[in-house]
Amino acid sequence: MDKYVCLVCGYVYDPEQGDPDNSVAAGTAFADIPEDWVCPICSAPKDQFGKE
Amino acid sequence: MKALQIAEGVYDVGATDWNVRDFHGYSTDNGSTYNAFLIIDEKITLIDTVKEEFTEQMMAKIASVIDPKKIDYIISNHTEMDHSGALPRVVHRIGKDTPVYCSKMGLKNLSSHFGDKLNLRAVADGEELSLGKRTLQFFETRMIHWPDSMFSYIKEDKILFSSDAFGQHYAGPERFDDQIGEAIMPHAKKYFANILWLFAPQIKGLLTKLTGLNLPIELICPDHGILWRDNPAKIVETYTEWCELQPQSNKALVVYDTMWHSTEAMAEEIVAGLAAEGMDAKPMHLRSCHRSDVVTEAFDAKAIVVGSPTLNNGLFPTVADFLTYLKGLKPKNKLAASFGSYGWSGEAPKLVGEELKTMGLEMVEDPLRQQYVPDQEGLEGCFEFGRRIAQAIK
Repeated sequence: MDKYVCLVCGYVYDPEQGDPDNSVAAGTAFADIPEDWVCPICSAPKDQFGKE
Repeated sequence: MKALQIAEGVYDVGATDWNVRDFHGYSTDNGSTYNAFLIIDEKITLIDTVKEEFTEQMMAKIASVIDPKKIDYIISNHTEMDHSGALPRVVHRIGKDTPVYCSKMGLKNLSSHFGDKLNLRAVADGEELSLGKRTLQFFETRMIHWPDSMFSYIKEDKILFSSDAFGQHYAGPERFDDQIGEAIMPHAKKYFANILWLFAPQIKGLLTKLTGLNLPIELICPDHGILWRDNPAKIVETYTEWCELQPQSNKALVVYDTMWHSTEAMAEEIVAGLAAEGMDAKPMHLRSCHRSDVVTEAFDAKAIVVGSPTLNNGLFPTVADFLTYLKGLKPKNKLAASFGSYGWSGEAPKLVGEELKTMGLEMVEDPLRQQYVPDQEGLEGCFEFGRRIAQAIK
């Protein structure tokens, strides 16, 4: 599964780790994250992410 | 203008902005400083710069120590223009090839500010740069408080250049914590509440990381205000405490605006009710108190009670301003309530309540509304409203 990087702050979403603090379980592919999820660092929306 | 030596071979070459009173919407009643630092070593290094219009002040201070053309390296810990604004003029003066070291996001953001005017070089988290006798180490501190933010640390001198963290908007005759004492803390708190509050989780993570690295720190040099040399641990410990976002259990804030003194009369009765139950409570009128002072009080209040008259079926504009500002700061662990006087429709208290709820605050009372001028019974209702909020706090 691909990692995605926040184009605003540089945070990297790693599917292996997910974002458990914000209800995204480990093993969730970026495409399967809910659309209203935002970057846990800078709150940028999902469309501000690009493939690493 | 002369530079101030702050450690052997390390100089404060920043600028004092005595008369700034509005810093992008933050009231700076005591002005501010834009701190920049010069390190004299085999590689002469400038850490951060100042707002563009203060370039000459900084250059004069640098020139009091050394010919500015001898600067070999520039470090940009933070892209915001109060620290980077002078960069194009500095490199124009000293040489366009002078490397400007910054974080990976700093490279991106400085390019977005200044195009190709700077010779930018990105450093990685933890990377080191030898200056000769000294070694600078860099730490990424993303979102404290911009994506590009980083700290720089001189390992040999144990000096941490902390960018905007640990800063205060304060201009005065003092340059160090021991010269001003406790009087600096309200300024540090206002800075934290207005600039860093929403990033408390990231700061907590950073402080844990720094503690884990066990860096000895003898001097903390933020980019605004005084430098922490007497007891640098104190401001770090205070930040650790602030990052917990645990309000004072007996503090309540009543924030309001008023058109014909009716919402004001309600506010004062609510404060009296809160005080009768032992709360440290005060009313703050939004056209008398600046929003940045109001959120400083809100920061450690356990309850925030917001009053708005209904104007043209909606919120009073200053109340909308305050709620927008507070929402962005992501308040947590607080109780809330709303109230207000109205003439005929009376939507505002409910709209305030909905906004407070959206922020995740726990509403402890239904919105309290009063048509036109509160009579004795109405005022007693406000007093009891205040008492019940105090009881909910307890």
